[in-house]
Amino acid sequence: MSPANDHYAYYPGCSIRSTSKAYEQSTMKVIESLGMTFQEVEDWNCCGATEYFSINSLPAYSLVARNLSLAAKQGASDLVAPCSACYLNLHKTDKYMGKYQDLNKDVNQALAAGNLGYEPGSLQIRHLLDVIVEDIGFDAIAEKIEKPLWGLRVAPYYGCLIVRPDSKYNHEYPTHLDELLRILGATVVDFPLKTHCCGGHMTQISDETAYELIRRLLHNADEYQADAIATICPMCQMNLDVFQPQVNRMFKTDFNIPILYFTQLMGLAFGISEKELGFDSQVISANAALKKIADEAPEKTKKARRDKKALPMPESLP
Amino acid sequence: MPEKNYSEINPAWEGRKPVIVGFLCNWCSYRAADLAGTSRFGYPATLRDIRIMCTGRLDPTFVIKALREGADGVLVMGCHPHQCHYDEGNYKAMRRMALLRRTLAQLGVHPDRIQLGWASAAQGALFTETVAAMTERIAELGPLEWRDTIEDNITPRMPSPEIEEVVHGR
Amino acid sequence: MTEEKVGVYVCHCGHNIAGTVDVEAVAEWAADMPNVAISRDYKFMCSSLGQELIEEDVKEYGLTRVVVAACSPHMHEPTFRRACERAGLNPYLFEMANIREHDSWVHADDINAATEKAKAIVAGSIRRVMELQPLEPFIAKIDEPTLVVGGGIAGINTALEIANAGHPVYMVEREPSIGGHMAQLDKTFPTLDCSACILTPKMFDVGNHPNITLMTYSEVEQVDGYVGNFTVRVRKKARKIITDLCTGCGDCWSRCPAKVVDDVYEAGLGYRTAIYRPFPQAVPKYPVIDVDTCIYYEKGTCKACQKFCPTDAIDFDQEDEIVVLNVGNIVLATGYKLFDARRIPQYGYGRLANVFTSMEFERMVNASGPTGGKVVLRDGVTEPQTVGIVHCVGSRDRNYNQHCSNTCCMAALKFAHLVKERTGAEIYNFYIDIRTPSKNYEEFYHRILEEGAHLIRGRAAEVTDAARLPGEEGKLIIQAEDTLIGKQRRVPVDMVVLMAAMEPYEDAVEVSHRFGIGCSEAGFFTEKHPKLDPVATMTDGVFIAGACAGPKDIPESVEQGAAAAARVLTLIGQGEIKIEPIRATIDEDRCSGCRICNNLCPYSAIEFIEELGVSRVNPALCKGCGTCVAACPSQVIEGQHFTFDSIMAQIEGILYDRIEDTERVTYLGSQPAEAR
Repeated sequence: MSPANDHYAYYPGCSIRSTSKAYEQSTMKVIESLGMTFQEVEDWNCCGATEYFSINSLPAYSLVARNLSLAAKQGASDLVAPCSACYLNLHKTDKYMGKYQDLNKDVNQALAAGNLGYEPGSLQIRHLLDVIVEDIGFDAIAEKIEKPLWGLRVAPYYGCLIVRPDSKYNHEYPTHLDELLRILGATVVDFPLKTHCCGGHMTQISDETAYELIRRLLHNADEYQADAIATICPMCQMNLDVFQPQVNRMFKTDFNIPILYFTQLMGLAFGISEKELGFDSQVISANAALKKIADEAPEKTKKARRDKKALPMPESLP
Repeated sequence: MPEKNYSEINPAWEGRKPVIVGFLCNWCSYRAADLAGTSRFGYPATLRDIRIMCTGRLDPTFVIKALREGADGVLVMGCHPHQCHYDEGNYKAMRRMALLRRTLAQLGVHPDRIQLGWASAAQGALFTETVAAMTERIAELGPLEWRDTIEDNITPRMPSPEIEEVVHGR
Repeated sequence: MTEEKVGVYVCHCGHNIAGTVDVEAVAEWAADMPNVAISRDYKFMCSSLGQELIEEDVKEYGLTRVVVAACSPHMHEPTFRRACERAGLNPYLFEMANIREHDSWVHADDINAATEKAKAIVAGSIRRVMELQPLEPFIAKIDEPTLVVGGGIAGINTALEIANAGHPVYMVEREPSIGGHMAQLDKTFPTLDCSACILTPKMFDVGNHPNITLMTYSEVEQVDGYVGNFTVRVRKKARKIITDLCTGCGDCWSRCPAKVVDDVYEAGLGYRTAIYRPFPQAVPKYPVIDVDTCIYYEKGTCKACQKFCPTDAIDFDQEDEIVVLNVGNIVLATGYKLFDARRIPQYGYGRLANVFTSMEFERMVNASGPTGGKVVLRDGVTEPQTVGIVHCVGSRDRNYNQHCSNTCCMAALKFAHLVKERTGAEIYNFYIDIRTPSKNYEEFYHRILEEGAHLIRGRAAEVTDAARLPGEEGKLIIQAEDTLIGKQRRVPVDMVVLMAAMEPYEDAVEVSHRFGIGCSEAGFFTEKHPKLDPVATMTDGVFIAGACAGPKDIPESVEQGAAAAARVLTLIGQGEIKIEPIRATIDEDRCSGCRICNNLCPYSAIEFIEELGVSRVNPALCKGCGTCVAACPSQVIEGQHFTFDSIMAQIEGILYDRIEDTERVTYLGSQPAEAR
């Protein structure tokens, strides 16, 4: 059931028009299949990513609030951002303007200079993943699947900004992306580092720090025999993908794990072609991994005979 | 607490001081007031309290009576929600007070004159702060003089304001 | 009503009141108030001389009401009520004006204001006392039997104390056997006594006591009545065993083919059959059939137990039995449940095989447990070389439970000892604080330190299998900040034990409502006074003991069990109890039967009498909160001692200086004019 179409304002963010074109390409294809439309925010500006807030917070908030103001003006009720950093900045600004009267006053004063203004709480700020999981729902998604991703072992990687500092999902162990991938037919790897940092912009500042963080993620996914890692943020994707060769060089490892956007995987499952989903823009190729997708559902592994000596494991929480 | 000159805050006081009638529940807020006494905390001598067993006993008529007989404000304090000695009486008080404040607002009584708060028996300091804060607020609002200003003139004079139902006290 | 003679006594309380309030002036002023026959000030009203003053004045001046302006009624209301009684005046015709805690002690630097306020308070009390009516307390008889709910160590002690005193006890326990969590433990700190060895003799005593009727596999469904006169409905769930015939031989469970994980007694670490006895020392010794896992109930086949039972004691068609008990007192000793560690995903319980909870570990080290007392990993075979113990899992944590669970530090140290003793493994405890307050606990802690356990002061951030550094592959890594050295540490271990919090049962709130007592938001039952009355509740006749009132260890549970028993024995000994006459009464002549009051009462004390079309308050159930009094649209419910008239009069009195007498509208009271 697609909600009303003028309901979502879409904030693409800078990366998605440059290094992460594949994310937008696949997103647009996927939402088209699902019968949704997003209204791009007119004349949006950069969200400031992570650095600006540390340098000069009032202009940083005002910069973000400009986007909120423009989106609200368009008459949307929800503002959707595919990038976790953009999402967090938009959400944080809206929330803190609501919480701190002084900030609200100052930011609105700044916006007034451009004939804009924003009332905190006017928009629901959403991450793209949340919109797809909550508003579309797994049932609607399941209906669109034509080529389930059977046999493909995927590690769901949430990154940190979507679950911290606040989130309605579990901060340490969110499961909504896991669920989505399961619906798509993939074998979901229980990836313990799913909310650990990818290094962010440290790749530009201190490559030892960043590469070590990236190495850990790749190593762990590899240990769990993941064929691919699914991401929800352009920064995470870039760090794990573009810098994978550098990581291999520095640590003498030979990781070869494709890093895909979850929308690319959704598109694949919907039967859309790889080219249309931007599969040619990755550094680490997904060809080998995609060959693992089977035509038949994997056989349900028979319940192993109970090892007489072993102690029973507790059941996992539903 | 040295005697304040309330006329400096609002000239309408003309030398007298605010009078607030308090309804305190036997188990929590009354004991909190006792504790404030045992701890020798000071607060303005504006509160004159009446003990009831539970804020659930509070008939809204009592509040109206107090205002009519010359109180400038009424403070009702009970046990914290979920800790009512009688299980649920304070929830009933919450509902009644919400309605009462709206009704009185329509008659011209500023909703801040009637306050509902919570204090457990251990919160002597909170009780003290509550009385001090309310006194200040009443001082700002000025004397009520119900019989002169309201009783003779009961026509809805204020549109029902959006009253914040959040009760103060933690 | 207008002929009342009020005596007013203004107490100096030494310097406490007189230092701030001009007590002589107040007494002088009071003398001029209408209906005041005599007004005095005196140094110490609560002294015997002060009280005698009242007694003499009542007799000499024919006083019909007394007001004492002094300290808080919470201090001396009973004192002066007794004085009135001695003088022949009904004690409920007395009122206290609080001019100390609420006046002299808080307005110390403003004598004028304090004196003015004192006059206002006294004026209010004078007007109020004139409206009060004489009241008599209600006497309830106490039935001799006692109900003890919960057969853990606290409940067992309560039952034995009362039964040994010669009075009948009914014990109702939800599980098939009594013993509670203590029966699951191996050794108890600090003496390392074997838990079963000290518990089972008590269990045996309960099972065989002539004064104790034990009902296991049973639950209380409904409680009606009031102190001394409770009617309790108990459901005895069908064991499917004819206990008169069963000898406890065990042939049935040894033949049962259906095996399931035992997540009650074995804490999920072992298995049991569908027909089972919870543990070898169970009291009573009879097994029980778990109908959810029995093959017969699922498919209609098997019946192996019945085939092999030598005394034909299996009855698959047995039904639950309802029993109604009449008891005078109830003691709730329902215990605790362990926090579900799966709620903290970063500790990996349920995902990572070698993460165990404290209770699982307890079963593991128990010689009659699933591993025969061997400390091994989940594979059941490998001994760990290193063990990490994480304190405060689910405790001291705003995300789950704020409280400290009292016992886990000692239990964790005990585990450190047991692991060292049996395996020689290295042990790492990750703690926030080490809490070892009771007798010999601190000494136990030092012993463990000397045994070589490594104690790291730092809350464990996560337990992970994601190796990062050399030496971590294949291990579980506990990451924590070692706050004493100010560094992050990653400690690779083979096995992790999580010290899970003690929590109330999920249905604790429901249970508290069923018994008419209060409980905290979390579900721990509320005691009458946390310092001075820890086993009584606000509901007379219902007591609490043990972990259901808050996390505590075995000695504290035993103490509370005995304390509750003592309170019960006091009531049984007295044979009757006076119930304060502060309660609601409905004037049935004027009640319109609207029934608005019926659902407001938290104690369900108001019933609707169909034949008369009116509501009626049960005076023994009513606790006098006054909620119904305030709600009645016809004002026909009177709140005794806190009547509408008395409070309205008090309001007028307390504002005596705000309105000129000539302007005062004569208050007609709540009775129709003719009835006055």
